[in-house]
Amino acid sequence: MSTTVVNTGTEGKTWGGGNRPLQASYGKMMMWFFIVSDALTFSGFLAAYGFSRFKFIDAWPIADEVFTHVPFLHGQEMPMIYVAFMTFILIMSSVTMVLAVDAGHHLKKAKVTLYMLLTIIGGLIFVGSQAWEWATFIKGDYGAVQTKGGNILQFVDAEGHRVALRDFAIVDQKDRTAHSKNTGLWFVQEGTLPTYSVEEVVAGLEAHENILVRTQLLDEHGHKTVLSREESLKRVKENGKIVVEGANLHVNEYGSPLFADFFFFITGFHGFHVFSGVVINIIIFFNVILGTYERRKSYEMVEKVGLYWHFVDLVWVFVFTFFYLV
Amino acid sequence: MAHGHNLAILRGLIKFKSNTQKIWGVLILLSIVTTVEVALGIYKPESLMGKVLGMKLLNWIFIILTIVKAYYITWDFMHMRDETKALQRMVVWTAIFLILYLIFILLQEGGYVFDVYDTGYIKRDF
Repeated sequence: MSTTVVNTGTEGKTWGGGNRPLQASYGKMMMWFFIVSDALTFSGFLAAYGFSRFKFIDAWPIADEVFTHVPFLHGQEMPMIYVAFMTFILIMSSVTMVLAVDAGHHLKKAKVTLYMLLTIIGGLIFVGSQAWEWATFIKGDYGAVQTKGGNILQFVDAEGHRVALRDFAIVDQKDRTAHSKNTGLWFVQEGTLPTYSVEEVVAGLEAHENILVRTQLLDEHGHKTVLSREESLKRVKENGKIVVEGANLHVNEYGSPLFADFFFFITGFHGFHVFSGVVINIIIFFNVILGTYERRKSYEMVEKVGLYWHFVDLVWVFVFTFFYLV
Repeated sequence: MAHGHNLAILRGLIKFKSNTQKIWGVLILLSIVTTVEVALGIYKPESLMGKVLGMKLLNWIFIILTIVKAYYITWDFMHMRDETKALQRMVVWTAIFLILYLIFILLQEGGYVFDVYDTGYIKRDF
């Protein structure tokens, strides 16, 4: 190395080189800079979510009504519980990561191995939960009718409880089948058809006296507006265009499609970070087992991936607040 | 970093004996904050629904608690407490400044678009 460095006579002075004003190694500092830039990316997404939400501030879906499911407890409404569990899992895996870093400082290989393993397991549980959450959201539960203007009409009974389409729609047998390439125009195809047609929903609505329509609009108390019986029938008959079940990038039975778009995009991007974090952790885990850092007499690599892992946790704290709480 | 950790949190109110102990202490703190958030999110007390600076008081509480959590994750889990002042400021000030700027612009614009929809001649409900 000495052959590449020119002696300037200023060694040891502030501008002479060899001085480390930040007292941090190159790798750690670069990880910090990456984290700052990645934090700005996530802020961009979350701020864009805020923009869209402010744009439709009087009609945004209520997260408490969207994410109410817990695995194995079918049909029970428990808003927030599962997301709180996911948050706790991620914080826990952050803790095991710090413990691994701490054990690394004391060069305790066995402990680092154990804590890294626990961190990886925590990460996998989180990604799995995320996948389940997506699946539930995509599947939906009550179903709704979308109007020509793209607004969502949901159905409630007289007490204001949600009613699912399957509980009142009257199915007639004249149902058309989904168009596929081999039965019609070879260059035209369509996706899965909703279980019910708008006519079937209208027939069901007419037959059930106590069912009312709930619009997206929020009243001054933050509740969705429920229409009168006459208005309900009129709205569905005149404006109803398609039946929507669940959510995807085009439609969303819970309200504005933008909500679903941002949900998929932001939690997806975060989930991808968790996934890559798990992969990186696994690589480092094997390096620890192989004794790479033991021979190096430094576990700084664990510390660097730890920084990334904590950052993923940090982002989740914000996603949790802005998607589920606020 | 073989040298010592700063083991005091809450401005020296709580001092821990070892780094491991501090980690568990911070976990307890974060868990308490999360529990409070979830409880408020489920029960949504009516008394916190008043508007403060154009947003519900409850939402302000959520945002403040989130920033508290973010602080402890960065400062204790990511060991920012042990870094130099210069590194702390490079990371935090840059991010905070740019994020606040972005949020201000986008939320302002979002509110404006809402007003245009609301009071203008654009029909959305059909």
